[in-house]
Amino acid sequence: MGDRTPTIVGIGLSDYPKTPHLDALAHHGLAIRRALDDSGVQKADIDGLLCFGSYGIDDAPSMAEVLGITYNFLDGTFAGGTVFEYYVQHAAAAIEHGDCETVLITYGSDFLSKQGRILGTQLYSSGSRQGGPLQFEMPYGSPLVSGYALAARRHMHEYGTTSAQLARVAVDMRANAAMNPLAMYRDPLTVEDVLASRMISDPLHMLDCCIITDGGGAVLMTTAERAKDLRQAPIYVRGAATAQTHWNISTMPDFTVTAAARSGPRAFAQAGISAADVDMLMLYDSFTITVLLLLEDLGFCAKGEGGAFLDATRLTFDGDLPTNTDGGGLSSCHPGMRGIFLLIESVRQLRGQAGAVQVPDAEIAVACGSGGQLSCMGTVVLGKERA
Amino acid sequence: MKAETPVEGRILPLPNSATKPFWDAAASGELVLQWCPACQQAQFQPGPLCRTCGDEPEWMKASGRGSVYTYTVVHQSRTPPFDKLVPYIVAIVQLDEGPRMMTNVIGCAVADVHVGMRVQVAFAETVDGIALPFWQPEAGEPA
Repeated sequence: MGDRTPTIVGIGLSDYPKTPHLDALAHHGLAIRRALDDSGVQKADIDGLLCFGSYGIDDAPSMAEVLGITYNFLDGTFAGGTVFEYYVQHAAAAIEHGDCETVLITYGSDFLSKQGRILGTQLYSSGSRQGGPLQFEMPYGSPLVSGYALAARRHMHEYGTTSAQLARVAVDMRANAAMNPLAMYRDPLTVEDVLASRMISDPLHMLDCCIITDGGGAVLMTTAERAKDLRQAPIYVRGAATAQTHWNISTMPDFTVTAAARSGPRAFAQAGISAADVDMLMLYDSFTITVLLLLEDLGFCAKGEGGAFLDATRLTFDGDLPTNTDGGGLSSCHPGMRGIFLLIESVRQLRGQAGAVQVPDAEIAVACGSGGQLSCMGTVVLGKERA
Repeated sequence: MKAETPVEGRILPLPNSATKPFWDAAASGELVLQWCPACQQAQFQPGPLCRTCGDEPEWMKASGRGSVYTYTVVHQSRTPPFDKLVPYIVAIVQLDEGPRMMTNVIGCAVADVHVGMRVQVAFAETVDGIALPFWQPEAGEPA
């Protein structure tokens, strides 16, 4: 039977940040070809697909057809931008259980080229009437960014968190992006720059908000047994857990606590680690407040102390707690859903392939995505060694 | 109470079996909440069951009073009519009965809104018999 411990054996990025010549499907194709080449996996060996769709091809069976995947395991779960951490959880279970051997997780988006930078400030309604839970939000004109602003305001009220503390996240992500030739924005930032940028939804300024790019990524997973015959040293999935508090922001139970407070401890327990063991973090930096909440909820500081923690802790690749070493969604790459890039950058680091931003002696990386409006949280613990 | 605020062009609710009683009551100027007799608690949004125990909820008239739990002043909003309404307040109001709802706080300068501000409900008629609840500073709330 062999060792069925789930591992990541292949990663591929398509091109970013701006690629008008590629549509979403082309991003999938490019990322998948690069992941196959990276890993040595044969296309015909893929017998599992985890993909919610592409833009314009909106379901998993269509993607299986388009990509030519003859599968024993299919998952088209949707959970917003963290869905790729959900896929790792599901794929790990399917591989361990023997449902399939080699799975593909894939993402592609042409958001910037096709739609521009509208995600945060546009209302997404199907028409002049809104059904479902959003019928209680849509009449009041609360765009995506405002959900995060509501959380930031409540955190400020309860704990005295300041805009300058939140700005530290944007400053450190930009410092990481400066090292990444592909990053969308690379010029250094100061806290003053963030605070002087125009207000979008108080208290969040333009530079508290992630960017919009094009891009795509693919991840290949298989058993530790099969990994032995492949090109790269396997990266072990040591823990993977998911949780949700709400989907639409107005029903969030406590605007200062995300579901990472549940998915984080469960993933850490599976991996047999504590926050002190983590060498680097990949946190979905949709907005600066997202990173602060995830740092608290994952246990890197106590609830309410995120502001002081950011005052004292540098998140740069050469700092106290290296985070989003590619420059993150705030400065480098965010084609609408960032979760897959958290996994890819973690693997690059754990393999020792991160070049100028390589974290020395990196053994354990934690990727934590956020989907919806601080709604769905997937936490994945990846290690150079097995648990 | 009648709300004085522009409503033209807003995306309006499409009620379902769970939410229709809420919108029907709103049309007659009343705020109602679902109430679970087993749990002895109110819930919002309305749903097909009590989200705590699964029992069938009843309806109760709400006080129409509450306080601002959190808020944001929206300065950039691309979708009409909100692009012309900026800056405006989006808030989460905690009703005295416990549940929270999203709203615009109206009748209040954007500089004056604050967490904990006491507010009361007011309805604005739109089209097709749909009235939207808004919240405004409670009479006597210091500006």
